[in-house]
Amino acid sequence: MTNYIKLIVLGVITVCAAIAASYARDLAYMVNALVVMVTAGGMFLWTLRRTDEPVNTADLSGEYMDGVVRAGVIATALWGVVGFLVGVSIAFQLAFPVLNFEWGEGYLNFGRLRPLHTSAVIFAFGGNALICTSFYVVQRTSAARLWGGNLGWFVFWGYQLFIVMAALSYVLGSSQSKEYAEPEWYIDLWLTVVWLAYLAVFLGTIIKRKEPHIYVANWFYLSFIVTVAMLHVVNNLSIPVSIFGSKSVQVFSGVQDAMTQWWYGHNAVGFFLTAGFLGMMYYFVPKRAERPVYSYKLSIIHFWALIFLYIWAGPHHLHYTALPDWASTLGMVFSIVLWMPSWGGMINGLMTLSGAWDKLRTDPVIRMMVIAIGFYGMSTFEGPMMSIRAVNSLSHYTDWTIGHVHSGALGWNGMITFGALYFLVPKLWNRKEVYSLSMVSWHFWLATIGIVLYAASMWVTGIMEGLMWREVDANGFLVNSFADTVAAKFPMYVVRGIGGTLYITGAIIMCVNLWLTVKRQPAIASTNNLVPAE
Amino acid sequence: MDFYSLLREFADSWMLLVLFGFFVGVIFWVFRPGSRKTYADTAMIPFRNEQAPAPADANATKEA
Repeated sequence: MTNYIKLIVLGVITVCAAIAASYARDLAYMVNALVVMVTAGGMFLWTLRRTDEPVNTADLSGEYMDGVVRAGVIATALWGVVGFLVGVSIAFQLAFPVLNFEWGEGYLNFGRLRPLHTSAVIFAFGGNALICTSFYVVQRTSAARLWGGNLGWFVFWGYQLFIVMAALSYVLGSSQSKEYAEPEWYIDLWLTVVWLAYLAVFLGTIIKRKEPHIYVANWFYLSFIVTVAMLHVVNNLSIPVSIFGSKSVQVFSGVQDAMTQWWYGHNAVGFFLTAGFLGMMYYFVPKRAERPVYSYKLSIIHFWALIFLYIWAGPHHLHYTALPDWASTLGMVFSIVLWMPSWGGMINGLMTLSGAWDKLRTDPVIRMMVIAIGFYGMSTFEGPMMSIRAVNSLSHYTDWTIGHVHSGALGWNGMITFGALYFLVPKLWNRKEVYSLSMVSWHFWLATIGIVLYAASMWVTGIMEGLMWREVDANGFLVNSFADTVAAKFPMYVVRGIGGTLYITGAIIMCVNLWLTVKRQPAIASTNNLVPAE
Repeated sequence: MDFYSLLREFADSWMLLVLFGFFVGVIFWVFRPGSRKTYADTAMIPFRNEQAPAPADANATKEA
């Protein structure tokens, strides 16, 4: 019966998408409508072929739902490489403008590829990592199968559809020009649907948990899901110009719009890239170190302090703008206070290894997690410092900001995700260990040296251009033109590109290693044969 | 008083007090007597039930 309803819905969506594609007012909208049409049409056929066939009604409540986690792990690794590749390309485009090829003009130049890079690494790589690890962790720590049956699969595939539509729309020139929130209104609406389903699956699993307490990792994951839902909806309040076009007009304007955007933008950092990944840290570091978290009390205080403080830090992106001084001072003060819970969390993660420090020598996976926490500490020190108005007057609009973001993103988010993938793949495919620990070591060193090259070159070029911009001669005239700073940055841009190349090389080695883990490592005998088949 | 000023005044006073009180309350709650034992058990959650969900009638704290 449900199959008939599905068929009707999918058929209607296919027809509507076809109509939308034919009336489309711009290329991005038309291509996205065609993507929806093909997807819905394909699912229609797939559902049709399974309708009125015998269905498998085995009771699966005695098993975890790991298929969707496996898919998520694969998606994370693949999107990671894609995102890093685009990043390396645009890094070299900045160093060598000739790489903005004439034949790709209007599609593959820096301005189009830059949001593709940020969205691919944050939302495709980071988002898939968060979704799949949260599904893994919430099941284990709740001792319950994922709630909602195939809704988990809907979240996975719906999210991939969101990524594909967003990526296509950027390259084809549709963007609402909000940093990290570039997708236009219809993609935003789709993401809202997927995200609410994600919330339902996650919360449903927590509600039916068999453990009396909700483990701290789930608190972090849940705060990430809830806050991102709120941020996404408010920051994307807009009115489409036409239902058949991608262009929309923001509801807020002027400084209110700017404040809403950076309230969103900084909390995307705070809740997507920090709280969610801290959820990973609080599960995978104890698991890999084989000892419980250093202080569970500290983890609770860490959680509440982070939640209460992060939400106020956004205005530090708007120093020296039309935003009132009191608001940007508020953002600055909260950013500095935020240092405390951040370092509390870092200490909690690092000290989890106390008594097991020898593992750093023998286990490159735990080394990866530890350096991730180290980079978390470094970038949460650098960030508050840069939010101070006087420092910001030098650092803002320079490459220092880009260096800061990447020490956090490559160092913290990237490395903790790699650590989690190295932990997850053997577990999910029932292997004893990854194929090659020495390949993990190679990955570790390539990535670390890559980040060091990246961050160091961006410090140099950022502070240099900041100083060059403000340099005045004895008569009060500016000494340097903008083009002078661009010329001076060339060597550092090349070093940055090399750093990125090392980082992506490490990621490709990881993909090969994980592939070989599944293909070459012998499967271990299942250890869950104590559970009766129900 | 217009709506914005009303909200602003509320946010500056009562809401601030409630949020701050909640936060201080959390810290006291964490250090309540007996919390050490509870949290020692909670911190061990990742080391249970790794392979399969807890059976429907089982004691939740049973080792997997």
